Amino acid sequence: MKRREFLLAAGGAALATVSGGAAARDNRPVLPHAIGMLYDSTLCIGCKACVAACKRANEMPPETEMKDWAVDLSPKTLNVIKAYVDGSGLAKDHESNGYAFVKRHCMHCVDAGCVSVCPVQAMRKDQTSGVVSHHPEACIGCRYCVMACPYDVPKFDIHNAFGQIHKCQFCNHRLAEGKVPACVEVCPTGASLFGSREQMLAEAQRRVALQEGEPYDYPRLTLDAPYRHKKEAPIYQQHIFGEKEGGGTQVLHISGVPYQKLGLPQLPERSYAAMSETVQHTLYDGMMLPGAILAGLLFVARRNSGDHSDDE
Amino acid sequence: MSAYKPLGGRLATLPVILGSLVAMVALYYMAQRFMHGLGSVANINQGYPWGIWVVYDVVVGTGFACGGYALALAVYAANRGQYHPLIRPALLASLFGYTLGGFSAFFDMGRWWQAYNIFLPWHMNLNSVMLEVGLCVTAYILVLWVEFSPTLLTQLRQRGLLRWVNRFMFVFIAIGMLLPTMHQSSLGSLLIAAGYKVSPLWQTPLLPALFLLSALAMGFSIVLFEGALSTWSFRRPSESHLLAPLSQVMVALLVAYLLLRGVDLTLRGAWGPAFAGDLKGNMFWLEQLLFAVPLFVLASKQRRSRSSWLFIGGVAMLLAGSLYRFNAFLVGWNPGGNFHYFPSIPEIIVSLGMIAIEVVGYLIIVKKLPVLHSADHAKAAA
Repeated sequence: MKRREFLLAAGGAALATVSGGAAARDNRPVLPHAIGMLYDSTLCIGCKACVAACKRANEMPPETEMKDWAVDLSPKTLNVIKAYVDGSGLAKDHESNGYAFVKRHCMHCVDAGCVSVCPVQAMRKDQTSGVVSHHPEACIGCRYCVMACPYDVPKFDIHNAFGQIHKCQFCNHRLAEGKVPACVEVCPTGASLFGSREQMLAEAQRRVALQEGEPYDYPRLTLDAPYRHKKEAPIYQQHIFGEKEGGGTQVLHISGVPYQKLGLPQLPERSYAAMSETVQHTLYDGMMLPGAILAGLLFVARRNSGDHSDDE
Repeated sequence: MSAYKPLGGRLATLPVILGSLVAMVALYYMAQRFMHGLGSVANINQGYPWGIWVVYDVVVGTGFACGGYALALAVYAANRGQYHPLIRPALLASLFGYTLGGFSAFFDMGRWWQAYNIFLPWHMNLNSVMLEVGLCVTAYILVLWVEFSPTLLTQLRQRGLLRWVNRFMFVFIAIGMLLPTMHQSSLGSLLIAAGYKVSPLWQTPLLPALFLLSALAMGFSIVLFEGALSTWSFRRPSESHLLAPLSQVMVALLVAYLLLRGVDLTLRGAWGPAFAGDLKGNMFWLEQLLFAVPLFVLASKQRRSRSSWLFIGGVAMLLAGSLYRFNAFLVGWNPGGNFHYFPSIPEIIVSLGMIAIEVVGYLIIVKKLPVLHSADHAKAAA
């Protein structure tokens, strides 16, 4: 077979399969019973009760022997409060000469990158609640989830010979007992609120629509809980972080300062998982393209290998 | 009568002794890794979960090991039988490169004792690029051993088995051309899911195409490189007459690669960071320069007929392909936050140890097994 004939045949087969192949993979939809959390940075007083409660609920060790001042997520810390400070740092929730808090843990993405990339399904998204959980008994420790998480959430314990990935699991062991996540339970101001994603999104929309100084009845724990306090609304950013970012998240943030100042990434609306799977499934849809190439290669290998075999 | 002969000669040469020493130090540090965790040897951290054990040993190393793949395409798919004498040595280098790449991937796994999960159907995630890479590289390592087995079987005088293997060899040859096409492109696809963490200079949906082209270019250039080295170190006659036409294929690959890269950066409007004057921007230009050097060398008929120029072209091309892969995975990597990565000395020694094992193994095997083509031995004797 002439080289040109081969290339034409292979190219034709490739084109035929690609053009007839899988359509682009869209973002996965929000699950109908997805749970959610709303973190309102303007309510957070930085007390870190949630950091301590998270450690207790999940039996995580302190960062160092005697004290536990977690400054970032780590294999020992699944939830952390960070601060933004600018200039004099006096005015709460102001971008200049102000400060603001941000709570960081797994965002429980609607279309999670870690779930998409894990070769052995050690990262799973619950098809009812939408909780993204990690399962160490399946994990091979390749750390692709660490690479692929846009929020730098999964942490592999690299200083342990038999380490594992650690990340927030939405306190799913507590949810199973009918409790709210530990961080929500102890939050004194209701900065962390628990409910369905739909409820959380609606609440976030109500809050960002408030006028500055308008009194608002802020609940604790959940929307319908009896624990509430009245407070004048701050100036909210006119954007809900997590509504659309990277295909959306089940943990939503609202804040008085721009989200990038709080260390949250700027993400396109299309999830990276959708982009990656579109490329991969276009090439490997039903193994049609590899199959067609293999057929061509088998043909030419059989035809051309006899001529040069020197062991006959 | 086989046209391939063992080279013979003394085994304990200086390179073999030095290489074995490096390999032993590397094994010491590897033992540390298994006793005290990855972080006790490697400088990887929460922002840079993949260090050189992934990026050099697997991503770049298997690119170096594409000699067997590139030559197989030339010999079988393009029916250029004159390259056949180059196949066995290239196959041997691929065998070592891939086997050690697979081994590196294993000792870099944080939970290596569960590594077999990747082969269990109920664990597999078909959306994962890593699954494709893992399965496909494993399959290719097995295929390479089968492809190399006639060399071993000839030496062991297993004529029956040899005849049986040769009868079905075309199947393994065909699969051996398909698998690298798949996993070498997938190595690039791995980065798509990382999104903004990869600089726009390297983050593109064309990653699989660019990685495939770079694999082919690296594959052909490692053949040039090994050809020149074995000519000089074993005082064998020059293989330039065989190698020169190969370099024309490389020119075509280089032009295709640079065109694709330029068009992609333009269409995505991503040239900006190239002129930032920072490490990423400068490394981008160094990478392009390294791609341009072999193009300059190989485009001239005069230059490519000289083995010294071919050697320079081959080395520049290898560096270009390696730098592209290093840049895409490490230099262009921006996890945000205050993370930095530079490999530790023990980490580098482990990677050097893998190279040392490859070189020592190659040197011993070409002396003991019929790998190099004896047509050239005859000329050497004359």
